Amino acid sequence: MAKTAVEKIIGAHAGQDVAAGDVVTARVDRVLLHDVTGPIALDQFEAMGARRLADPDAVVLVNDHIAPAKDVVSATNLARMRDFATAHGARLFDAGAGIEHTLLPEQGLVAPGGLVIGTDSHTCTAGAFGALGVGLGSSDIAAAMALGSFWLPVPATIRVDFRGVPGRFVAGKDLILAVLGRIGCDGSLDRALEFTGEGIGALGMEARMALCNMAVEASATTCFVPPDAATRAWAEAKGVAAHYVWSDADAVWDSEIAIDLAAVGPLCARPFSPGNVASVERVVREVGPLAIQQVYIGNCSNGTLTDLRQAASVLRGRRVAPGVTAIAVPATRAIYRAALAEGVIDTLLEAGAIIGPPTCGACAGLHMGVLAAGQRAVATINRNFRGRMGAADAEIYLANAYVAAACAVAGRLAHPAEVMGEEGPG
Amino acid sequence: MILRGAAHRYGDDIDTDVIIPAASLAFGDTAMFARLCMTPLDPAFPDRVRRGDIIVAGRNFGCGSSREQAPMALQAAGIAAVVAVSVARIFHRNAINRGLPVLICPEAVAAIGMGETIAVDPAAETVTVGNRVCNAAPMPPAMRAILDAGGLVPFVRAELARRERLGQSGPQRSEGRA
Repeated sequence: MAKTAVEKIIGAHAGQDVAAGDVVTARVDRVLLHDVTGPIALDQFEAMGARRLADPDAVVLVNDHIAPAKDVVSATNLARMRDFATAHGARLFDAGAGIEHTLLPEQGLVAPGGLVIGTDSHTCTAGAFGALGVGLGSSDIAAAMALGSFWLPVPATIRVDFRGVPGRFVAGKDLILAVLGRIGCDGSLDRALEFTGEGIGALGMEARMALCNMAVEASATTCFVPPDAATRAWAEAKGVAAHYVWSDADAVWDSEIAIDLAAVGPLCARPFSPGNVASVERVVREVGPLAIQQVYIGNCSNGTLTDLRQAASVLRGRRVAPGVTAIAVPATRAIYRAALAEGVIDTLLEAGAIIGPPTCGACAGLHMGVLAAGQRAVATINRNFRGRMGAADAEIYLANAYVAAACAVAGRLAHPAEVMGEEGPG
Repeated sequence: MILRGAAHRYGDDIDTDVIIPAASLAFGDTAMFARLCMTPLDPAFPDRVRRGDIIVAGRNFGCGSSREQAPMALQAAGIAAVVAVSVARIFHRNAINRGLPVLICPEAVAAIGMGETIAVDPAAETVTVGNRVCNAAPMPPAMRAILDAGGLVPFVRAELARRERLGQSGPQRSEGRA
């Protein structure tokens, strides 16, 4: 019987033929924990009476959320993660190495056809690599650490066909914002998203990560990009053991939607929902000047070299407006070094931006970029929920790195063309 | 056991940052979770809520992050059950894993007013509003087994003990099947 790629990958990990709606137990290739939800998983692992990891090689602990520590509590959590990794022979990436979802592929710890679970909802980022990522809570992760497997209902898949190619100032972020604008925050609840079409072929792996990262904002269980030449080139460069999987031509879809990229310009999600999507141009025209106090370029969806280059292309020779705190955070140490080597970091610094160490910090109002009451930010992050970056009434507009950088220069919500004119990407 | 409590009524897409703000997560302090629970949207919630009360929400309750601190915070605040039109996947699992019953029951949600006392029967999977008994969607058997065991910790403890008796270890594809 014809299968979706999601059914095939889950089936391969369950050791049986599966179809959407089946409830199965699947083994996992990788289990990811971070320092905010990880320590609870470690508590639960011990409470379960587990003495050892079912598969130590699969378990990866990443100190990224409040790292380096901002206080005694976070320092204690980081130490707990370190000690557990040492005691159980699991892999640890300590403070400064990077943000887990960007770090995992960078380190070759996700492979096409693989199944990754993690104590973080954005584990779905792995879909960019022809793999599946499923976010879970701490107890479920503790159980998977002890048992080597987890249970899940096999989701039906919504196929999203991106027609045409992304236009000027349009990035991976805009593709997923276009999906969210179409289907809303529960549009793929208990289902998977498969992203296909000409528009996907035009995206690099980093833009695909931005796209897949926010599948969970539409409540998707997981998501998937079919492997292509770019996926193969990535897998070969990383030397990962790839098992390429595609949906069958006659697979049964939950539903199909088409998005015409010719009609998609830079988008933003307005407060307080990632599904509250409008074009930047329209918001600027209809709402008028919306002053901003902070710009944040970073996080697990948009802290890659691609994003930093986009920001630098806007900020080169320009200045961050007075009254705006512009923060850029390379998502990993390797990205930081690459951005340094090619002058991107210097361009950002010269424009007046702050460069932070690789950490999740500002994205969730944890440290290094918290918003006060009444403040407004433009951020390349994945969530603009009430209180996400600090004060409950602080407003966050989600957008790509071109838009965020343009807003930093303008001191208000702005379309990159307002700042760049005819300059910049064609 | 039948749970009776006042309904705290909310709309659609109540996210986990509202249920428990991220800045408190690292503390693992349930008293702190109780003080902050729901406050970004409803600052009076911690003062208003009484032990045994019930959250009644619209679509996609608990969307957003995977933080298990969300059901932990609701429990710490005194919430005994969640009744919703639909629930985000990870929150749903986390709640059941922590022994917090979740009933999917659009019919009941439509009938319940703010502050109204309702009765929830997690075993019978019903929500009683006034004289009206509404049937919730059947709980997936895997979740039922975990809830009946008292949460995922006792469930896995039993499974590990069983494997030890059988001399098994490591990944078991066929074990714990729902």
